[in-house]
Amino acid sequence: MVHLVWLLPALPLAGFLLLLLSGRRLGDPRAGWLGTTMVAGSFAAAALVTAGLYLRAPEHRVVTQTLFDWIPVGGLHVPLAFRVDQLSMVMALFVTGVSTLIHLYSIGYMHGDDRYPTFFVYLNLFVFSMLMLVLADNFLVTFLGWEGVGACSYFLVSFWFERNTAAVAGKKAFVTNRVGDFGFLLGMFLIFAHFGSLDYGAVLGHAGSISSETATAIGLLLFLGAVGKSAQLPLYIWLPDAMEGPTPVSALIHAATMVTAGVFLMARINPILAHGPAAGTTIAIIGALTAFYAATIACAQDDIKKVLAYSTISQLGYMFLAVGSAAYVAAIFHMVTHAFFKALLFLGAGSVMHGMHDEQDMKRMGALRKWMPITSATFIVAWLAIAGVPPFAGFWSKDEILVNAWDKSKLLWGVGVVTALLTAYYMSRQVFLVFFGRPRWQEAADEKAPAEAEAQPEHEPAATEGATTPTGAHGDFRPHESPWTMALPLVALALLAAFGGLLNLPLNHSTEFLTKWLDPVFGSRLHEVTASTGTKWVLFAITVVLVLVGIAVAYAVYLAHRVREQEVEPAVLRHAWYFNDFVSALVSGPIRLFGAWSAYVFDRRIIDGAVNGVATLVRDTGTSVRRLQTGFVRNYALAVAGGAVLLVAFVVARTA
Amino acid sequence: MLGFPVLTALIVLPAIGAALVVAIPRTRPEIVKVVALAVSVAVLVLACYGLYEFATGTAGFQFVSRHVWIKQWGISWHLGIDGISLFLVVLTALLFPFALAGSDAHHDVKAYTAWMLVLEAGCLGVFLALDLFLFFVFWEIVLVPMYFLIGGWGYEGRVYAALKFFIYTMTGSALMLVGILALVFIHAGHTGHLTFDLQTLAREQSFSGSTARWLFAAFAVSFAIKVPIFPLHTWLPDAHTEAPTAGSVILAGVLLKLGTYGFLRFGLYLFPKVSHDLAPLLLTLGVVGIIYGAIVAAVQRDLKRLIAYSSVAHLGFIILGTFALTTQGVQGGIIQMVNHGLSTGALFLLVGMIYERRHTREIADLGGLQKVAPVFAGVFMLVMLSSVGLPGLNGFVGEFLVLIGTFISRRWWAVVAATGVILAAVYLLWAYQRVFHGVPEGENLKFPELRWREGAVLAPVLALIVFLGVYPKPVLDRMEPSVRTLVERVDRQAGTHQPSVAQGGHR
Repeated sequence: MVHLVWLLPALPLAGFLLLLLSGRRLGDPRAGWLGTTMVAGSFAAAALVTAGLYLRAPEHRVVTQTLFDWIPVGGLHVPLAFRVDQLSMVMALFVTGVSTLIHLYSIGYMHGDDRYPTFFVYLNLFVFSMLMLVLADNFLVTFLGWEGVGACSYFLVSFWFERNTAAVAGKKAFVTNRVGDFGFLLGMFLIFAHFGSLDYGAVLGHAGSISSETATAIGLLLFLGAVGKSAQLPLYIWLPDAMEGPTPVSALIHAATMVTAGVFLMARINPILAHGPAAGTTIAIIGALTAFYAATIACAQDDIKKVLAYSTISQLGYMFLAVGSAAYVAAIFHMVTHAFFKALLFLGAGSVMHGMHDEQDMKRMGALRKWMPITSATFIVAWLAIAGVPPFAGFWSKDEILVNAWDKSKLLWGVGVVTALLTAYYMSRQVFLVFFGRPRWQEAADEKAPAEAEAQPEHEPAATEGATTPTGAHGDFRPHESPWTMALPLVALALLAAFGGLLNLPLNHSTEFLTKWLDPVFGSRLHEVTASTGTKWVLFAITVVLVLVGIAVAYAVYLAHRVREQEVEPAVLRHAWYFNDFVSALVSGPIRLFGAWSAYVFDRRIIDGAVNGVATLVRDTGTSVRRLQTGFVRNYALAVAGGAVLLVAFVVARTA
Repeated sequence: MLGFPVLTALIVLPAIGAALVVAIPRTRPEIVKVVALAVSVAVLVLACYGLYEFATGTAGFQFVSRHVWIKQWGISWHLGIDGISLFLVVLTALLFPFALAGSDAHHDVKAYTAWMLVLEAGCLGVFLALDLFLFFVFWEIVLVPMYFLIGGWGYEGRVYAALKFFIYTMTGSALMLVGILALVFIHAGHTGHLTFDLQTLAREQSFSGSTARWLFAAFAVSFAIKVPIFPLHTWLPDAHTEAPTAGSVILAGVLLKLGTYGFLRFGLYLFPKVSHDLAPLLLTLGVVGIIYGAIVAAVQRDLKRLIAYSSVAHLGFIILGTFALTTQGVQGGIIQMVNHGLSTGALFLLVGMIYERRHTREIADLGGLQKVAPVFAGVFMLVMLSSVGLPGLNGFVGEFLVLIGTFISRRWWAVVAATGVILAAVYLLWAYQRVFHGVPEGENLKFPELRWREGAVLAPVLALIVFLGVYPKPVLDRMEPSVRTLVERVDRQAGTHQPSVAQGGHR
């Protein structure tokens, strides 16, 4: 059964090709169903392969499958090969599982879009690339998937390319990711230079053969790739903009799967990280800082998707904090639970926007639980999960990270636990603004004209249409619940977000399924928590109390109105600490100017100017010796030949 | 077909085609086109036959054809093909029918077509010649049709561009002629017999270190102009932009490779020690080209000029790989030559199609084309991603091999060069965004979708872009023995050896 692994990427690839060739003929919704079926098939195959792996003896749970030689040159030998082991199958299962649900959701969500089949073309290609990434048996095939998901992200963020913001955001995502890929490439080169191979088996099995400095360098270079792909400081700036893509894309690519690729990569190279501890510390610091930084921004965003985007960046920061603390299982655990609840949050947000005719401003929502019962119930589950309220999934995984961080450094733990408070706060803020309080869309409709222009309705490429038609965005409408294809994934994900903690309950060793399953991948490199049971309980209590404080504060501000909202939403946070503005100004200012100078002054005037200057010199000289200028190319050729002969004579005479 | 002179036929066939075209009355351009296409396809078939019969795993020259031409000067009609030239020959044979079918001359089809076929004969001759005199003859032949193609069928600034191209290249040629003659006479002075034979000259090296340096410089400047290497590149944007579409396709796809091929066949092979000693200089110039070409490309307002500058960057990678002097680097360089020919050739053809439809190449005048012509946009996207070096497409294989091959021998050059990977994404995606994204307005609303004929011309190239990205092994396997031999020769003469990982010897 394990040898069916090639089916996992093959099915979505086939879906991609079929949709590319006949998507338009299939149309809406059959193209969507085809895409969904292929991914569901991939999920079934993943389940079969995992079962097959489980049935093998524990010491035989690494199986590789080589399809063909991809790039063989001299000592460099890169096969297109898959690696079936505990880590890759955990990844494959949750990637295909979440993908299936989101494909299903998209059938309803994208209904009526002009480019409906194209959407599924890209989505299937994405799943294919993501599976190549996680199933690869060497760094280069992972890189193939890594860049492939980046390209799909580019396609899908700019899916509504008529909108300039979407087109810019797609490009920004790709280019920023490429900055990270620069690190990934150099990391691979360094690996090859030292190991003579890029195969995971050959490299990770001999991680001890290189110096600690080299291991640190490799770890940090690959981490640079992860910083790009997983939107960490300072390369995170593409992810908030990527919300320009359709909401299922945000859920699938920019929350659940692609952005976690960096965490996966770090977990994969754990023997190298273990050998170069400085890399681990850097990763933990960047992770904790990002977690805190992004959480502060999330507290002051009004766009329902922007809150979730910054939240994703923050949660990914937690995962890197775990990786840096050598708590790989906690990182993977949180990655999985995060995939459940964050996908659910995004899909819920999409459902809200669907029901609210593409409204994204939370300040113009409110009380939606009365009109959208399924959406609000499931969203509330996800809220409790991400906020870290026991016994929902997020609590368990986050707690595990914090306990490990405590062992690594008290300071990092402090940052993590404050972030937990902020997380509870901004998520409560979101839930209260959207689903509780009083309905504000009617009043928003009355005062619409000026504010309307800046709102970006997601489904309408031409922003003006919605605003000018009298029955348009608001006016007299009632929010409505979404169709079953959208509701079903919400319910399924809500169940997972509620009970996902069961994957790795820290009650005793026998309930830690994930830890046991992944043990061969990490072995002794996995950090063993040293804190005593008493300490653990205290840490646990502190986290829970802070979470409750966060919820209470949000309640006081946004439901009880004890404090004016503007006072807790300072401009510096609304503008995300101005970092993005700074980068934009730098790129469109000095950097662009330098480019223009290079092209129009340096290249044209100086270099080409020198060439033309020589030409002018020749012409001026020529004017004075004009009689030689017969105007026949043959005469010039003769002169050139004659000159050549003279030069030859000179050289020969010198050397003979 | 044993004993059939395949290589001679490769050169003679397009020449005969040119003669045929000349014989056809001016009033029958449609016959001209059919004849030219038929001839160029026949050349392609012949090249593919060569590819099929090529013995994998052999380093030496195959299909060798040798006839004494001018006995007293030691000049012979000596042709041969090895792993280094094989795919360049196939690329050339592929790009000519591609360019001929993909674009039309707007006037005087007959002369235009005849020049194209002469150009094909010349290019193939350069890649096949194993005699320095013969090589030089073909090298010069290439210049003439290209000059007339740019000057006669180009755009507004064609006269300036053609002249600039001609003078630049001629300067290089003069130096190379000096180099060739000096090399031959020095050899004759030592051994007593005059010969222009490449292999003999390489085998019986008889010059001192400093002489070798001068001789190498004479060749290198000529090649550097052709490639072009910074700062000798300023003829390129003018020539590429002003040339007619087919001219740009051939210029970028084939002519630039004459320079990079020259470095391999004559630079490294004839002057291994000097090549090794001067590698840091050429590596630096290659890196400068990669970054400089990209920066300058990024701010261009003319789409064709942007792609022209992107060639400076791509060719920088080839130079880098060549002078990394490792198996991976050199092979990466060669496969990058093929890839660049396919991707940039296709890009120029697409830009030509845009110009035909919109009569402008200004990026600012275009916009929203993906809305009205999604298939056209999709094709452009695929080719663009190949040029950006997306894994799974051909461009990545070359770039990756060049960079990893350079990293293991000259680490810091590779580190700087790898930033080119970021920059390539910047200029191409930005261009794509401005041309294809957004809402189409005015003339752009009437932009016609890709036609069947255009699709049929592009299809083989698109297929190769994907195939070479997924399964480059057949290509790599055929080049490896020749490249390995060349790198070993350089190592032996320079008294060095490439890093053990390059050959698979684990530390």
